[in-house]
Amino acid sequence: MIEVKSLYKSFEDKEVLNNINSVFENGKTNLIIGQSGSGKTVLLKCIVGLFRPTSGEVLYDGRDLVTMNKQEWKMLRREMGMIFQSAALFDSMTVLENVMFPLDMFSQDSYAERVKRAQFCLDRVNLLEAQQKYPDEISGGMQKRVAIARAIALNPKYLFCDEPNSGLDPKTSLVIDELIHDITVEFNMTTIINTHDMNSVMGIGENILYIYEGHKEWQGNKDQIMNSTNERLNSFIFASDLFRKVKEANQ
Amino acid sequence: MLLDKSVATFGRYLMLMGRTFSRPERMRMFFKQYIKEMSQLGVDSIGIVLLISFFIGAVICIQIKLNIQSPWMPKFVTGYTTREIMLLEFSSSIMCLILAGKVGSNIASEIGTMRVTQQIDALEVMGVNSANYLILPKVLGMMTMMPFLVCFSIFSGFAGAYATSVIGHVITIEDLTLGLQHDFNEWYVWMGFIKSIFFAFVITSVSAFYGYTVEGGSVEVGKASTNSVVSSSVLILFSDVLLTQLLS
Repeated sequence: MIEVKSLYKSFEDKEVLNNINSVFENGKTNLIIGQSGSGKTVLLKCIVGLFRPTSGEVLYDGRDLVTMNKQEWKMLRREMGMIFQSAALFDSMTVLENVMFPLDMFSQDSYAERVKRAQFCLDRVNLLEAQQKYPDEISGGMQKRVAIARAIALNPKYLFCDEPNSGLDPKTSLVIDELIHDITVEFNMTTIINTHDMNSVMGIGENILYIYEGHKEWQGNKDQIMNSTNERLNSFIFASDLFRKVKEANQ
Repeated sequence: MLLDKSVATFGRYLMLMGRTFSRPERMRMFFKQYIKEMSQLGVDSIGIVLLISFFIGAVICIQIKLNIQSPWMPKFVTGYTTREIMLLEFSSSIMCLILAGKVGSNIASEIGTMRVTQQIDALEVMGVNSANYLILPKVLGMMTMMPFLVCFSIFSGFAGAYATSVIGHVITIEDLTLGLQHDFNEWYVWMGFIKSIFFAFVITSVSAFYGYTVEGGSVEVGKASTNSVVSSSVLILFSDVLLTQLLS
């Protein structure tokens, strides 16, 4: 479980996050949604530790990321997996080498065991046949799946996804969403997904945090979101014709 | 204002070097990267080093013979001067200026692209010291290969000088050989090695710094690449004066 308490983040004079409080439970897909520029990427980066919060706490099962010493911080990072918006695969390495990278860096296993584990992860995302290819030889959706395989290679407790469906067609997005959801349940991870894809929200949104101009505006799940009376949230969700019509049909 | 900015940049460079020069997390991975960088930065530069040195050696020989050599000078002057120029300045300093363009822009654009495509963030999230993993093998790999490149440059320059003798008949082989062997001071070779190793550090660390600190997109990566070449060239020229004074 990850808990965020009274989190503030400013860049010089500009306050980007303002008093964020939220709990992200394990075994569930937790979504952070909001308009572009609302601060959701900054929030995710503060949770992951790529940005240091101006004030507040980020608790990983009770361990505060902000006050951790270097050694604790190092150990915690090994419990994290992250999928970036651009997949962030190492282009000088093959797909298999990409997935093996965290194992090569941190695992004490033999080479054969590391290869076996990497192949298991690739098989889990149905990409075993592409293991000898380079990232630029595979499609965007496949790159995201490789990123998922790399993120789960060390069997992390916490999985973070920054707009995993960005640049993907709706069908591939669905595959990625289902994969992330299945992996979250299978490995009982705490997963936080940063997205503005409404299909993801309606598909896998078990715990949704809506950020508006740097503050927490609403929190709930996919069933509650359709019937919310929050105006700002509604104007965000029902900006899409499709969802407006779905709501009208439901009513 | 400019001074403030320069001091701040130098401070950030020192902090990055502090992170770079720490013990690698996995020696196995470090050596893998180290060998790869020696090949990419050093071995892949042999061609351009041989080519440029060959022609510069030939041109120096022709220029000295036609413009400096005169009847009242000993016959070995052309060969002697060619050797001294190659040993003292061209193969160590000027060759490093050329490599600052080739290797420096390569490093800055490679690391800069990794930064803007979030590959460095990915390393950090995994708990890898990205500066140590990416920069240290490049710095040490280039510092290891540079003395070999200097050797190749020296011998290629001499080969160029001999080519003017054999093909162009600018000077006799005997006179050239006499000049190349005349009053040889071994220290000049060591001086070239010492200077080139220092320059290798400047090229790789400065270029890596520019690449690592890129913010933005492809335009910024291009700017970082250009800035890295300009800065490392200026630093090479400046430190060449100091090192020459110190070592001579």
